[in-house]
Amino acid sequence: MNREHLRILLPVLSLGILLAAVFYMQPRAMSYFGLNLLFNLAVPVALATIAQMMILMVNDIDLSIGSFVSFCACVTATFVQTDPVIGYGILFAAILVYAAMGAIIYARGLPAIVVTLGMSFFWSGMAVLVLPSPGGSAPDWLRALMTAKTPILPVAIIAPIVIAVVMHYFVKRSSLGVLLRGVGGNERAVARSGWSVTGLKAFAYGVAALFCVLSGMALVGLATSADANIALRYTLLSIAGVILGGGEFTGGRVSPIGAVIGALTLTLAASFLSFLHLSPDWQIGAQGAILIIVLAVRLVFTRREALV
Amino acid sequence: MKLKSMLLGAIAGTVVFVSGQAMADTSGKTIALSNNYAGNSWRQAMLESWDKVASKAVEDGVVASADAFTTSENQATEQAAQIQNMILQGYDAIVLNAASPTAINGAVKEACDAGIIVVSFDGIVTEPCAWRIAVDFKQMGRDQVKYLADRYPEGGNLLEIRGLAGVFVDDEISAGIHEQVAKTNFEIVGSVHGDWAQDVAQKAVAGILPSLPEVKAIVTQGGDGYGAAQAFDAAGRPTPTIIMGNRQDELQWWKEQKTANGYETTSLSIAPGVSTLGFWVAQQILDGNEVPKDLTVPFLRVDQDTLEEILAETPAGSVANVEYSQEDAINLIKSAN
Repeated sequence: MNREHLRILLPVLSLGILLAAVFYMQPRAMSYFGLNLLFNLAVPVALATIAQMMILMVNDIDLSIGSFVSFCACVTATFVQTDPVIGYGILFAAILVYAAMGAIIYARGLPAIVVTLGMSFFWSGMAVLVLPSPGGSAPDWLRALMTAKTPILPVAIIAPIVIAVVMHYFVKRSSLGVLLRGVGGNERAVARSGWSVTGLKAFAYGVAALFCVLSGMALVGLATSADANIALRYTLLSIAGVILGGGEFTGGRVSPIGAVIGALTLTLAASFLSFLHLSPDWQIGAQGAILIIVLAVRLVFTRREALV
Repeated sequence: MKLKSMLLGAIAGTVVFVSGQAMADTSGKTIALSNNYAGNSWRQAMLESWDKVASKAVEDGVVASADAFTTSENQATEQAAQIQNMILQGYDAIVLNAASPTAINGAVKEACDAGIIVVSFDGIVTEPCAWRIAVDFKQMGRDQVKYLADRYPEGGNLLEIRGLAGVFVDDEISAGIHEQVAKTNFEIVGSVHGDWAQDVAQKAVAGILPSLPEVKAIVTQGGDGYGAAQAFDAAGRPTPTIIMGNRQDELQWWKEQKTANGYETTSLSIAPGVSTLGFWVAQQILDGNEVPKDLTVPFLRVDQDTLEEILAETPAGSVANVEYSQEDAINLIKSAN
């Protein structure tokens, strides 16, 4: 077993334990219908977590993911539904803005945490402009896609698997993925060997934005309509998901499969606590406790790794 | 076998409906409360009322269980997940105060598809399959002016204290006030934003007071009447008739004035106990009764005679409350039918 495997083992274990506990408490969840209910809201979270992972991979952090996903959801529920051409045009332009933001952050040496925090207010404002009061409606095809009755496994399980596998091949197997991780590991070395770090960062931010767009669309497909504040929680959830899934804040050490599992674990943790009938006053704390336990166990693992 | 039992059920349902009396048994049914926020006194009172009425109903065997759940954060995605968990837990009905009128529609639809009765109140949802117990804020504005018109048919000058600018509730109440004022001899001579807070209202009223002629009455939105009274007092001007909003400090001040000089006014707002109305409406639907999808929350009105009684029951810093009974729900449904 190599380090990669060890790194992924812990997220898989924590998801497995939580899942077993949920099944024990609520046997009804152990069905096609139950799994779909447990995990369908994890699909947009998983997509947002992949977006955050792209940013963490190049050594930055994105605090605007929640408001950007909300913005994408608002555009999806309004323009994409009524004037698809304008709608997709707006989303495409938003991806370009994101890519440009990545390029500027690198070119001017700005701290990503500050730029993205600032941008989060921009996206929130845009979301309110697009959809001043909660409403809009999901495009029919999107609603159909998110609620499709697929054979054997529900969409809520298929989608995360597809996302994880595709991103695993992109990040871990493709040469572009290696380069991007290289930017996170040692951007100077990448620059010296003749690559444009500005371009690579812009690309990473662009891919992140694409996943945010997908996340917003998935969310509207599930919720049937949008709200300018619909996804604000995703900023912190996505960071927690990446870290829970074995990723690190620096060094380009990320795992797409782990990130998706991390997102599922976080979603499941909330359900677990609600099945426990735990009072809401304790729930946030308990969620934090689950995170700390997993991270503490991971620390023990990595220490051992270092000794071996 | 299945068909037979369904037929029997249908016949039983018809019999119940024809006899006009709820006979279906809800003692095996479970009801859950999905709440998105618990961070202010109104919501705390709302949860307490639910707890009181629901646990009594469970004790009496009206329903099997009635658990309350509050999301750890006031977010639509959290509440959608919470509702999906409730579907899994197999509740027969979900009563909810929604974080967003639209963003949890998907989860509500899923609950409906799973055969669960969904009743929203206060923070209502737009999904057509759910029931709505909505607040008619416009009516709240109209009722204030109606009371004043009864007392002062000759009319006079009004000062309007509004709520938080840009909020839907503020626009609605104010629209109701203006609509009704147009039909009377009153004239609104000033309008300030009190943000539903006594201190803000006091400052705002004190600021506009010197420019105002004699004011006969003040129309308000709740949480601002006491501040307005303080501002008039500080300026040394005669206190006009201030419509109150059921807050404890407002009722307390009113009682003091009543004892001292026979001050008369009225007070109205929505009782946090409206959650219990949601509970009973859900119980009535489970019972097999015809209930229209859109109901309106009745206002809790405090007047000259009931003031002492209600004030005595209202804790300091809170708002006047009332728990609704099964009869109240039945009457509400009847009046809407």
